[in-house]
Amino acid sequence: MVAELGHFALILALVMAVVQGTIPLIGAQTRSAAWIAVARPAANAQFAFVAIAFAALTYSFVVSDFSVLTVAKNSHTLKPLMYKITGVWGNHEGSLLLWILILTLFGAAVAWFGTNLPPGLRARVLAVQALIGVGFLSFILLTSNPFERILEAPFEGNGLNPLLQDPGLAFHPPFLYLGYVGFSMAFSFAVAALIEGRVDPAWARWVRPWTLAAWTFLTVGIVLGSWWAYYELGWGGFWFWDPVENASFMPWLAGTALLHSAIVVERRDTLKSWTILLAILTFSLSLLGTFIVRSGILTSVHAFATDPERGYFILGFLVLVIGGSLILYAVRAPALKSGGVFAPISREGALVLNNLLLATATATVLLGTLYPLLLDLFTGKKVSVGAPFFEATFFPIMAPLLAAAVFGPMLPWKRGDLMGAFQRLRVAFFLSGGIALAVWAFVSGGTWLSTLGIALGAWLVAGSFASLAERIKLLRAPLADSLRRAIHLPRSAWGMTLAHAGLGLFLLGGTIMLTWQTESIQVMRPGEVITVAGYELTFQGVGDVPGPNYMAERALFSVSRDGEAFTNLLPEKRAYVSSGMPTTEAGIKATWAGDLYAVIGDADGTGGWATRFFFKPFVHWMWIGASVMVLGGVISLTDRRHRVGAPARRRKSATGAAPAPQMAGE
Amino acid sequence: MTRKRQRMIFVVTGLISLGVATGLVLLALGDNLVFFHGPSEVVSEEFPPQRRFRLGGLVEEGSVKRNEDGLTVEFVVTDLVNVVPVTFTGILPDLFREGQGVVAEGRLGADGVFVATEVLAKHDETYIPADVVDALKAAGQWQGD
Amino acid sequence: MTMRPMTYMPPVMFAVVAVALALGLLFVNPKEIPSALIGQPAPTFDLPSVDGTPHGLSSADLMGQVSIVNVFASWCVPCRIEHPLWVEVGASGEVPVYGLNYKDSQENASQWLADFGDPYTAIGADLNGRVGVDFGVYGVPETFVIDAEGLIQLKFIGPIDRFALENEILPKVRELQALMVADGAE
Repeated sequence: MVAELGHFALILALVMAVVQGTIPLIGAQTRSAAWIAVARPAANAQFAFVAIAFAALTYSFVVSDFSVLTVAKNSHTLKPLMYKITGVWGNHEGSLLLWILILTLFGAAVAWFGTNLPPGLRARVLAVQALIGVGFLSFILLTSNPFERILEAPFEGNGLNPLLQDPGLAFHPPFLYLGYVGFSMAFSFAVAALIEGRVDPAWARWVRPWTLAAWTFLTVGIVLGSWWAYYELGWGGFWFWDPVENASFMPWLAGTALLHSAIVVERRDTLKSWTILLAILTFSLSLLGTFIVRSGILTSVHAFATDPERGYFILGFLVLVIGGSLILYAVRAPALKSGGVFAPISREGALVLNNLLLATATATVLLGTLYPLLLDLFTGKKVSVGAPFFEATFFPIMAPLLAAAVFGPMLPWKRGDLMGAFQRLRVAFFLSGGIALAVWAFVSGGTWLSTLGIALGAWLVAGSFASLAERIKLLRAPLADSLRRAIHLPRSAWGMTLAHAGLGLFLLGGTIMLTWQTESIQVMRPGEVITVAGYELTFQGVGDVPGPNYMAERALFSVSRDGEAFTNLLPEKRAYVSSGMPTTEAGIKATWAGDLYAVIGDADGTGGWATRFFFKPFVHWMWIGASVMVLGGVISLTDRRHRVGAPARRRKSATGAAPAPQMAGE
Repeated sequence: MTRKRQRMIFVVTGLISLGVATGLVLLALGDNLVFFHGPSEVVSEEFPPQRRFRLGGLVEEGSVKRNEDGLTVEFVVTDLVNVVPVTFTGILPDLFREGQGVVAEGRLGADGVFVATEVLAKHDETYIPADVVDALKAAGQWQGD
Repeated sequence: MTMRPMTYMPPVMFAVVAVALALGLLFVNPKEIPSALIGQPAPTFDLPSVDGTPHGLSSADLMGQVSIVNVFASWCVPCRIEHPLWVEVGASGEVPVYGLNYKDSQENASQWLADFGDPYTAIGADLNGRVGVDFGVYGVPETFVIDAEGLIQLKFIGPIDRFALENEILPKVRELQALMVADGAE
């Protein structure tokens, strides 16, 4: 009964979406206030119906109603409650429903918070948002109905893929979708602006908080995924340039560019056409990501239930949405007037450079991701484009971007002075150069690449804080005065500083970890001792440990340092009851200097076990750096000027020494 | 600074970055592509032994042997027509099983033994790598489709 | 005005990508595991029995009634997981289950059957795996549902679980049995 209710709610949501996608659009065109007014209640109703459907599916999972096919295939009575709930989106149908829930949530948010938007623009934005909803709702109803029943309900379900029964991966998809779908807001605003034929600073001020929120969510989602890969897969890696990973990374890169270019539109009323294009491309890359993951068109280690029929549907939808919006862009964009001119060396110039490099980086990732498909089509040869390709193309493009990211905020609008900016950054420059040289001179095992990575990372951290110090006149004014300035500094300036510095920390952690990590693989018998990075690990043996829905073989390594007991590591191999599928749980001990990481492999049959240890120095700097970036995004979002609903279509007079808005790279 | 000059600068920097990116991509594609081959191709073709490639097929039933060091594993990859012996030192992925699809990356030694540096597994046990299916088809061992 | 054609670049480039993706879906799509011989006659064979079991298995046994052929081996761990379900099906008598003992040693196989139970109506010992290859087997266990004419109607890869048994395999068997009754009544 509950499942039928959910199914029915989904159909009603589709009807609502059709209404919301047409009537307000016509109303905005014909200036009919009554038709325009349909948009808000329709958005609320659409969200409410999807929420009911989602609640119905969640209920079916929680009570283990195996007469619902999705539940029978993906759940199990023995599963802990948390994974019954997260199992809702651990499959194709449910995750699609979650995607739609978030899409309609964003639509409803515009209806709630967009009260100060001009009614015409709001109606068009909501209509475009609803049209995306029409596509996804028909997709789920026609090809992937989550409420499908089976005639004879089995007594027990199939269980959830054990790899998904993990907190890191359980919450990875919702954040990822909040990011992907969040970019649909920028897309809807862009298409609405194209229909209106008007892009102005107020438009940019409305778009930026949505883009920033989406970017922050997507960052969290990607980091959760990498963190999960790091501790769960037992390979000690965190990023593999797999097509599905790239699918989430491309919108992130494009979205980062969009954040920066929207600043130029807001502050200087120029780069409009480009910003509109970026907004369309960012969401298009999100859709492309969905297509890649769910059509199975590219070989990936991340398997989703793939189905060519679904592939055709998504591709058709992709062509409609992306092709349609790009043609609209081609027709309407030339009419957008560009605003103020600026010198190449200026804040605008730096932001343009940021966009150029990020767009190029996105293009190389896209090419590398699609290349195996293209080559297979045209030559029939099977290739894989792995990490070496991306490392050889992506990093050379990113290096100048990171170097320039510190200069950007130091340059004034319109026309700047590079030497002057350098003068003010010289402390940071010599500090980061000195650190890199010192590491190169005193720590063996480094390469020129690691030296460059450390220099760039330190430069980002030191340079970001140098520009902050300058803004609050640190050491040049009385400390109380600086403190007062720091408090009154716009939150977006803090956000930018933190995001840039976080990126620097991430780069430092990644460089040091990859350069100086130690690894040791061997067979050990109980009682044997191995020394890794100064830690003595004694293998105490392996015992069986039952879990709620799995059996684990858990190894015990007692770790000591300089003869003193330090900790115990307990890596596991688990076999899940319902599917028999094995998984690996790494044993990790975080220390100030890095992570000690242990994995247990197979028994060799004569009493020995394959074991693998890593010492990964500074790895936590990566997670801290990523968290600092996210914190920067969140703090920026709390900036008064970014508060959703704050901007009005009036140009504020404050310019000149105005602070760099959030995330200003370059 | 005129609008025209500004546009010129945009276009020129755009072209430069595009050029550099194209150069990087071409260089990287030349060096870093890893081709995929099934056992029949490996056995029949003249193989440049120094080139890295991915070998895909099925792990032959009963072929997995562990060396005395406990870490080196030998197994045979088959497309049900031809076979290639493989050796790998390290910890195999959780889903490595006899009779199941496998993709190994490495080089072919002069003795015809494929020395794998990486053995890839899927995150899902019901999934067969698409490349493996293709290799089986190429060897005529996969009817239907 | 000179910039105007530039705005047409993105849709043109996207069109190229979209065509490539469409072709990719059409031609590079081996993801669906094709069921090797669906609708085709099961291969012709005549295999000896496994030691200690009365009957061997030949393709003639598969004619005249709906049957299940289960490919198993004693060295196959997943077979152990699914085996209790076959014991159940065998005991129910709903449908004959034939075993194809794939690349196994005679003594291991008979020991295994003694340990875990023998649900099979008859077992063929496919010592060199030749019949398995003809069936398109590429891993053990695998299960086939074969109709009264000896045509393969369903192939299931990997160990079955209760869900697959009750929602995929047995419904197929019942459907075919109903069909056979209907044909016989004509």
